Amino acid sequence: MEGEAVISIRGLTNRFGTTVVHEDLSLDVMRGEVLGVVGASGSGKSVLLRSIVGLQTPSAGQITMLGTDVLGASAADRAAVSARTGVMFQDGALFSALTVRENVEAPIRERLAIDAPTRAVLADLRISMVGLPPEAGDLYPASLSGGMRKRAGLARALSLDPEILFLDEPTAGLDPIGASAFDALLNSLGEALGLTVFLVTHDLDTLKATCDRIAVLAQRRVLVTGTMAEMLEVEEPWVQSYFHGPRAHAAFGTEAG
Amino acid sequence: MADAVPSSGLALTGPVTLDTLDEVRALLDRAGPATRVDLSAVTALDTAGAWMLLGHRKLRIEAASPAQDLLLRTVEAALPPGRMVRPRKARQRAGDVLAGLGAAVEGFLATSAQGLGFTGLVMARLATTLLRPKRLRLTALVHHMEEVGLNAVPIVALMGFLIGVVLAFQGATQLRQFGAEVFVVDLIAVSILRELGILLTAIIVAGRSASAFTAAIGSMKMREEIDAMRVLGLDPIELLVLPRLLALVILLPLLGFVADLAGLFGGGLMAWMELGISPSQFQTQLLANVGATQALVGLSKAPVFAVIIALVGCQQGFLVKGDAESLGMRTSRAVVVAIFLVIVVDALFSVFFAFWGV
Repeated sequence: MEGEAVISIRGLTNRFGTTVVHEDLSLDVMRGEVLGVVGASGSGKSVLLRSIVGLQTPSAGQITMLGTDVLGASAADRAAVSARTGVMFQDGALFSALTVRENVEAPIRERLAIDAPTRAVLADLRISMVGLPPEAGDLYPASLSGGMRKRAGLARALSLDPEILFLDEPTAGLDPIGASAFDALLNSLGEALGLTVFLVTHDLDTLKATCDRIAVLAQRRVLVTGTMAEMLEVEEPWVQSYFHGPRAHAAFGTEAG
Repeated sequence: MADAVPSSGLALTGPVTLDTLDEVRALLDRAGPATRVDLSAVTALDTAGAWMLLGHRKLRIEAASPAQDLLLRTVEAALPPGRMVRPRKARQRAGDVLAGLGAAVEGFLATSAQGLGFTGLVMARLATTLLRPKRLRLTALVHHMEEVGLNAVPIVALMGFLIGVVLAFQGATQLRQFGAEVFVVDLIAVSILRELGILLTAIIVAGRSASAFTAAIGSMKMREEIDAMRVLGLDPIELLVLPRLLALVILLPLLGFVADLAGLFGGGLMAWMELGISPSQFQTQLLANVGATQALVGLSKAPVFAVIIALVGCQQGFLVKGDAESLGMRTSRAVVVAIFLVIVVDALFSVFFAFWGV
C-alpha cells in the first residue's frame, strides 16, 4: 500500500486580489503517512487545507484526492470523496445546538441508513476512542473545555471511518499533558485505522512525535519535504531557524548551537 | 459477502465496514451457533465493523492480519462500558399545566426584574457619562446614528406615505356619505400626527434596530469580547449600550417627523386626486383645525419608545449564551418584546393624555 499518493496537488495557485498566497505549489501525500505541514503565520497553510477539502476554489491548479480530480468532479463525486475524508477544525467547529453525541452522529445520520441505537453506540465508541469520558456525549459544546472540544471535533471527523484525516492545529491551546495525549492518540488511531493524516501545526513536539514526513510552506510554495532528520540538515535560512531555534532544541533535546 | 461454514464457524469475505454493517449483522445473526469467525478473506475492516464483530456475541476471531488485530484491540479498549440509560421524561400529569403556568409567571416576574435592573444600570451609567461628557464615544454615537436613523429614512418615509394614502382613501369613502369630505384632512392629520406616524415608525425601528443590537452584542458575547472589555477595565454598558441608546433617542423623533411629513403628503395627494381638495385648501383646513399640538403630542412619545427599543435590544444581546441557537432566540425575542412594550406604552400615553385633556 505504501508509495501510493492519495492526495496529489499540481500547480496550485491561490490569489486573493493582488495577494498571491500559493503559486505553482505541488505536493503529494502518500497513503498511510502522517504529513505535517509547517510554515510561518500567513504562509497559507490553512488556505492549502481549505483548497484540498473544497472550501476554497483555487485560482489555478489541479488537486487529485483518492483518484478523483476534485476540482473538476461532479457534485456527487465530490461528496463521495468527502465521505472518505474527515476534517477537524481548529476549535472543533462543533454544531452548538447539538450534543456531542448528536454531533458525532450527524455525518452517519446524513449518509447512511443505520438504525438509531446502533448509530448512538457507534457515536459513543468514537467518543470513547478519542479519550472523552462517556458522560461527555450528553453535553453541549458550550459546556466543554477547549481540549474536550478538540477531541469531540476529532470524534466527529472520525465518525465515517475516513481514509484521510485533515487536522488544523490540533494541539494549539492544549496544555502539554493534553497535547502529548493527543499526539499519542493520533499515533494509535493512525496505526490502528491506517489513516492518512494531513496535519497543519506549529507544535514542534507534535511534529516530532507523530509525523512521518514534513512539508515546509514558504515563498508561496512547498519549499522542502522530508523526514524530521532531513529537515535538520536543510540549509535554507527559514527552515534552519525553524528547526534549530531555541524551541526546537527544547523539543528535540539537542544542544543549542 | 460470506460463506457460512456450518458448525465450525463463519468465514467473512469482502469489506466489513460502516457501509456493510447491516449485512454483516444479518450474517452473524444467521450464523446461529457459530463461535468462530474467520477474517482471512476480509478486504477492509473499520471501527464500525470491528465493533460489530466484538460486540455481537462471544465470537472467537481468527486469522486477523496484524493491522486488523491492532484495530480490534483498539476498539475493544475503547468500547463504552455499556450504554447509559438516559432518564425518560415522565408522562404528562394533570398538575403539570398548573406547574407550567406557575413557572411561566415566575419567569415573567424574573425577566421583568432583570429588565428593571438593566434599565437602572444603564441610567446610572448615563448619569455618570453625562457628568463627564468626554467619556461619551462620539465616533460610535455618530456611527449608530447613521445606522439606525439615516439608513431607516427611506423605509420610514415610504411607510408614512402609504399610511397617508390608505387613510385618505378609506376616510374619503366614509365621509362622502355625509358630505363631509373636507374633514378627511382632520382625519389624516390627527391620526397620523398623533398616533400612527410615531407608533409605526417605532415598530419599524424595533424590527430593524432592536434585532441588530441584539445580534451585534450577542455575537460579541459569544466571542468573549464582552469579557475582554471587562478585564481591560472598559465598561460594556458605556461602550456598547449608551451610544446605541443615545443615537435612538436623538433620531427616533426625527424619523417620526419624517413619517409625519410623508403621511401628510400621501394623504394630501390622495385627497386631491380622490376628493378634489386642492393643496391650498388642505393647508388651510390643516392649520385651522389641527394645531401643532397634535404633532408635538405624537413626537413627545418618541424618546420613550427609543429608550424601550434600545434597552430591550441591548439587554437581550447581553443575555445571549454560548450557542448559535440562543442568539437567534434572543434576537427574535428582542423584536417581539420591543414591539409589545411600545404598543403597551402607547396605550398608557393615550390614557395619560386623555386624563390631562391634551
